[in-house]
Amino acid sequence: MPATPGGTGLILEEATLFDLSRPGRKGASLPAVSTSFNVSKHLPADLLNTDGPNLPELSEPEVNRHFVRLSTWNYNKDAGFFPLGSCTMKYNPKVNEWSARLPGFAASHPYQPLETVQGNLELLYNLEKFLGEVGGMECVTLWPNAGAHGELTGIQIMRSYHLAKGNARKSIIIPDSAHGTNPASTALCGYSVIQVKSNEKGHLDPEAVAKVMTEDVAGIMVTNPSTLGLFETHLPEVAEIVHAKGGLVYCDGANLNALMGVAKLGHCGADIMHYNLHKTFSTPHGGGGPGAGPVGVKKHLEPFLPVPRVVKDGDNYTITEDCPQSVGRVRAFFGNFGVLVRAYTYIRELGADGLKLATQMAVLNSNYILAKLKDDYQPAQKERPLHECILTDKKQQEFGVKTLDIAKRLMDYGFHPPTVYFPLIVPGAMMIEPTETESKEACDQFITAMKEIARECEATPEKVKSAPHRTFRRRLDEAKAVKEPKLIWKK
Amino acid sequence: MNFPDDLKYTKEHEWVRMDANIATIGITDYAQHSLGDIVYLELPGEGEVFSKGDTVGVVESVKAVSDIYTPMSGEVSDVNDPLKETPETLNEDCYNEGWLYRLQVNAIEEYDELMDHTAYAAFVKEEQP
Repeated sequence: MPATPGGTGLILEEATLFDLSRPGRKGASLPAVSTSFNVSKHLPADLLNTDGPNLPELSEPEVNRHFVRLSTWNYNKDAGFFPLGSCTMKYNPKVNEWSARLPGFAASHPYQPLETVQGNLELLYNLEKFLGEVGGMECVTLWPNAGAHGELTGIQIMRSYHLAKGNARKSIIIPDSAHGTNPASTALCGYSVIQVKSNEKGHLDPEAVAKVMTEDVAGIMVTNPSTLGLFETHLPEVAEIVHAKGGLVYCDGANLNALMGVAKLGHCGADIMHYNLHKTFSTPHGGGGPGAGPVGVKKHLEPFLPVPRVVKDGDNYTITEDCPQSVGRVRAFFGNFGVLVRAYTYIRELGADGLKLATQMAVLNSNYILAKLKDDYQPAQKERPLHECILTDKKQQEFGVKTLDIAKRLMDYGFHPPTVYFPLIVPGAMMIEPTETESKEACDQFITAMKEIARECEATPEKVKSAPHRTFRRRLDEAKAVKEPKLIWKK
Repeated sequence: MNFPDDLKYTKEHEWVRMDANIATIGITDYAQHSLGDIVYLELPGEGEVFSKGDTVGVVESVKAVSDIYTPMSGEVSDVNDPLKETPETLNEDCYNEGWLYRLQVNAIEEYDELMDHTAYAAFVKEEQP
């Protein structure tokens, strides 16, 4: 096995389909128009498009090559190590694709009579139960389409709960280590944000929460483990403080990959939480989505869950919309059903013991990488992390090399860079989450690359600062990309 | 890193230059360095009135979006609007060309509560991990 997978390959330049287009070229032959209907006789002349649509004209092999070549520009979990901290990029098992393509799932239609899709409803019903079990929640809705959508749904539930008691309240407490989506979801639901500072170890500080928790505060949003990859040991204490003033505890499940099968957020005082199926439960993530962000709640919040609700009636499954206190619909039909099938498959394939082992392996991998790299890069965490470790560029700054340079140089070694400059409270953060996917050998290759780069920062800093050198494109002008974005193709 | 001795500083990494009762305010060398390439700015409007600690604007870099907090209370008397077109000036010259706004201050004693350049340099050193 090579020390690191970085190399130079056959990556081919490719123009856009519009540049490749030649008039009259075809990839398919269509039958002649057989209708006598002439649209121009039925529409006013000024509404007719006389030029025809601006579509590229190509042959089948040209189109095929075009997309195959573009696909080789992509780096993905099927190609290699993808340590994107906080984003949990784990391998998507191919058995998930098999099950999602079973015709009973893939070919079903949301308007089909319910008696013809009993299996689909059974899967949804059971997935709700499984997720509830993993999170320690009593009721689950599967419809939100992403983590942020789950947050929005969860905070709407929180608002409806308070409104039912006569007062929606004004604000929500969020720690300074939170994901940016937390304050955004809060603001969208009409709440203001009270930020609390983490303590010197990066933990949520019960005293800081107690100081700002009043009966005007609807609740708190907490990520556990935190974005620093640390278990929030004070969460039950914080939950008690929030509950004492009538508030609710929302847990962001973005980092559930560190707890699955080992600890339940519902047991730590959470009233509402979301799950990222595209992180923890191995469904496609990022541009390869779509995602799914189910929300779990404790029993007392069940009346506020979105409709429809899947219910079991004897041996039959049905849906109900008769939930007068519900926050309403958050998504058409039955969420991203194909994604839900994949997550169900993952859970059934691994079973309870397997889910727990996946968590343990994820935590082991992150701690292994930290142990091997802690002398080369300054760690940010002051205690042992869970599923992700955070290194910083503090030692490398002496040589004028920054986190961004190290991230770029990693691409030369054949790795996707980790998340950088997040969490915001850690200057120069590199957030590394190997997940349980990676073998010891894969972790070792990454460690070798990071060590080699640390050596280069000292010996040949210019080489790192001007990286990448072996990739298809050299360093991009990120400032210009933000200031002058080109979002559409123009002739 | 450069922290001129004729300015005062805040923990949120703003600087203040006092001239009679007019405070000129910007972000420090440490702030621009930590943010990296600055690509976008939101500044307060002339005539707006703020209290110390209020959010008065936003600075966005390729890495992060940060609020600008006013280090003193008062009415905005002047805004460096051209900077919005050339936010990279903040990276090049944060203490002169890169000033953000001026305040007609109404509580001059707030100036005395700010850090001088040595205290700020010590604070920055501590802030790093």
